[in-house]
This record gives sequence, C-alpha cells and structure tokens, in this order.
Amino acid sequence: MNERLLGLADDELVIGWRDSEWTGIAPLLEEDVAFSSIAQNEIGHARAVYQLLSDDPDALAFDRTPEEYRCAPLVELRLLDWAHTIARRWLYEVADEIRVAALMDDGDPAVAGLAAKINREEAYHRMHAELWRERLAGAPQFEAAVEKLWPYALGVLPAEQRGALAARVARSEVDPVERGTHTAELAELWDEMTMVRRSAPSGAQW
Amino acid sequence: MVTAEQVWDALEEIPDPEIPVISLVELGVIRSVDVRGGHVCVELTPTFLGCPALEAMKRALEQTVSALGGEPEVRVIQDDSWSTDRITPAGREKLRAAGFAPPAPREASAPTLVQLRSKAHRCPYCGSTETRLENIFGPTPCRSLRYCESCRQPFEQFKTI
Repeated sequence: MNERLLGLADDELVIGWRDSEWTGIAPLLEEDVAFSSIAQNEIGHARAVYQLLSDDPDALAFDRTPEEYRCAPLVELRLLDWAHTIARRWLYEVADEIRVAALMDDGDPAVAGLAAKINREEAYHRMHAELWRERLAGAPQFEAAVEKLWPYALGVLPAEQRGALAARVARSEVDPVERGTHTAELAELWDEMTMVRRSAPSGAQW
Repeated sequence: MVTAEQVWDALEEIPDPEIPVISLVELGVIRSVDVRGGHVCVELTPTFLGCPALEAMKRALEQTVSALGGEPEVRVIQDDSWSTDRITPAGREKLRAAGFAPPAPREASAPTLVQLRSKAHRCPYCGSTETRLENIFGPTPCRSLRYCESCRQPFEQFKTI
C-alpha cells in the first residue's frame, strides 16, 4: 500500500467530514453552500484515491480502526469557531496544493492523471480559502488560530515539502505535529462516520 | 448486433441528472464507445470527482446499452481528460438559454481569483459583462453564483475545469 497516497485519501475523507459539519449551521448561507460543496469534493477525492489503492474502496475507507488511519492530526481537530475553521482550510489547501503538484509528476500515469484532476478542482477550494484569509487577516482570533494550527499544518507534508509550505504562508518552520499520531477527536469522528457501515455491513440501500 | 453509432445515438438522449436541458453527450463526459460483439464498453469521465450524479449517470448508461441489446460495461476514467471545453457548442447554447452561463475556456494552469473577479463573465440573460462574483460555490460543485449589474439578475456560472 502506498502510504503517501493513503495519507492523502484519509486526509481528504476526514477534512471532508469536518467541512460537512458546517452544513446547516455556517454563519452565512453562502458558506453553508460552499462548505457542503467543498466537503462533497474532498470526499470525492478520497473515494478516487481509495479506488486506486483497492478494489474495495468502501472497506478501505470505513473498515479500519481509528489507529489504522493515516490522516494528519490537522484534519482531525474538531474546530467549533469560524476563525479556526478558516485558518485550517487555508493552511490545509496551501499544503495540499504542494503535495498534489508533486503527485502530478508521479511516474505512475494513473496517479499523475488523478492528481491533475484533483488540482483543477482544488483550485476553487484555494480561492475560497484565500478570499476568507483576505477578509480575516489581521483579526486577532484569526491570527491566533493560524499560530495554533501551524505545527499541525506542517505535519500534513513530508519533511522535504515543508520548506515550500513555510515560504508560501510566510512563517518559519517549527516542530510539526506528525502524521501517525492521532488526536482523541478522531475516535469520536470515526464512531459517527462509520456508523452506517457498521450497522449494515452487507451494504445499505438508499 | 448493436453498432457504436446506435449506441452514440441512444446516449444523445440521456439527460444530465442535475441539468437535464443538456445530454451526457453534449456535456462531453462520454469519452469513448467500444463495441465488440455484444459487449459495449463506455468510458465515462466525471465532471467533478465528488459529483453525486456520477452513479446516476452510470446506471442510465447501463440501462440504455441494455435496452439496445448490448452487454454494458461502464468504465469511470479518473484523470484530467474531461474539461468544460468538451461541452459541445450546442450544449453551451442550451445551458445559456436555461440561465447557466457557459464556462470560460480552460487555460494551461488552474483558474485563479483574478480570473474569477474579472469582467470576462457574460450574463446569460442580457449578455452584459458587468457581472460580479457572489459566491464561488452554488447548488452543485460545478457552478458558481454571479450577479449581473446591468439587468440586476443573479445567475449561475458553470465553473471552468
């Protein structure tokens, strides 16, 4: 199993889940719509990568224990305020752009082709995050949120890509919160995310 | 025995599940049709990977091929080969007539905020380019919301992919 691709898929699944938590309760109706679409896209990317990795993408997505997920702690955090939510979206999208760009040059055409497709879609997530960063820049809550999440954002990327991230967001590298460790919030999220799958192992019909 | 031409003709009749004014063929998501004996392989390229209509499209393709007496196989191609540039001229006109501004042409690099904020986007109702971006996201992932300053109508803009 390609650990880097699995990490990417798990990140997209879990951040998609977190994004979807704003559906219905976002501070603006436009954001309700935006977060719902972004969540749909992220989970779609997860599905596409799981399909590359396995003939049974649902099993890969939902049948592992929380400890077996390879997602970065950044995406696991349960963030209940808008400043932190936007800070994460912005940092995550910048990091994601760097790793997806690297995958576009992958020697496996299936990986490179999928990465190119993902990059086209993520462009709209990046623009959404950038618009919000422009609006919130300088606001104390937002700056504090970026400061707090920065070590987590570094942990999204492998060591060799972290310098590019630091340069893009104009911050210096600090000790990252590494992938492979999990926050307590993941187990809670997992419990909810896999509920349908566990209650109907043979597949639910809608 | 079913022919590729018959299959293409039949696929012309399948509407997009979310924007039924346009067919799947006009949307450009059918990449190829390959007929070998009774076996019909259709390659489908998703618009957006997370598009919830993907399964509905797949089922509609299978049903259409089966109705022609073929044995269907639908392959979903997950690469960058679909672009909004593949929407046919007839498809673009149908979108516009239904109030969806057709997508701007794709450029070599992914779109940027500067492009989205530019005055290049034309109102599907009055043709004015005095339009502004209201929200990057709309009712489905493939659409944005814009507002026309000339005829004062909000409208949906197909995103460039």
